[in-house]
Amino acid sequence: MSMDTTTLLAILAMAVVTYFTRVAGLLVADRLALTGRAKAAFDAIPPAVLVAVIAPTALTTGWAEALAAAITAFVAFRLPLLATIIVGVVSVVVLRHFM
Amino acid sequence: MDQPNPLKTSYRRDARAGLRDIAPAAIAAIPIGLLFGAVAITKGLSPAEVALMSALVFAGGAQFAAIESWVSPAPILALAFGTFLINVRHVLMGASLSPKIGLSRTEKFVGFFFMTDESWALSERRALDRPVTGAYWAAMAVTLYANWVVSTTLGAVLGSFLGDPARFGADFAFTALFIGLVAGFGRSRVTLVTVGVSAAVSALVHHFIGAPWHVASGALAGIAAAYLAAGKDARS
Repeated sequence: MSMDTTTLLAILAMAVVTYFTRVAGLLVADRLALTGRAKAAFDAIPPAVLVAVIAPTALTTGWAEALAAAITAFVAFRLPLLATIIVGVVSVVVLRHFM
Repeated sequence: MDQPNPLKTSYRRDARAGLRDIAPAAIAAIPIGLLFGAVAITKGLSPAEVALMSALVFAGGAQFAAIESWVSPAPILALAFGTFLINVRHVLMGASLSPKIGLSRTEKFVGFFFMTDESWALSERRALDRPVTGAYWAAMAVTLYANWVVSTTLGAVLGSFLGDPARFGADFAFTALFIGLVAGFGRSRVTLVTVGVSAAVSALVHHFIGAPWHVASGALAGIAAAYLAAGKDARS
């Protein structure tokens, strides 16, 4: 059970920042009444961030990952979440084996 | 005595609904948690540090991003900034969900500690036709939280026995999970434009500039694209 002081401080900093982002929305919620383009931009935040996090892994790692990502995206509209993940993981293993 | 208390009944029903809705995400998070713990160990963290990070930060994306670029001694400011970039979406998620959820203001400050992409997305979807109650939120929160802390810690403890995660394709589980979550936002024209622009800009920035800048720049580009694609007269 070892704890490094710098690591501990880094974890605390990450925790404080994350908690701040989670409750900051409560402080501005009353003043956020969005319509039109602003609403569209607001609604785009979750998919935009999710895609930005995984795009390098999915697109620039190699052909196996890019193809597996395409297969995963294809089934994602047709299968439940867990089945989508299984298809993604299985296809990346198979594709890495052959590519 | 036998009269069912209607309040308690609805509490149970909502808690069950929360459990049922979050189950796929919770099950999917187990291999991802195991993977996180196993990778964190290879970067020099101890199982206790992994457990503490999962318990206090409780944000998979930010934790993976931190671990991916982890060096010793930990660069505190860079990690805090990277965490902010990845989690800043919570501000708008919270602002959007706050008026739709049946919690008091104090309860929200406690309850929102547990906000994740999954529980948020499921609550937003539920809010379209049913109220999002505290019982529904709490059931999802507790399930995901316990699941994440236990699986990441277990991954850290078992890490050395599991071997290279890439061998099982487990390193791709996180990517597949995110693709599945993105699909949940539908494929309207604006969403497709958002996803395309975000992916392209993120990949390019990652290639030419490097992490963690691809997250913020890709996300901002996708959001700007949605703003433009929606057109001036977009209805909400």
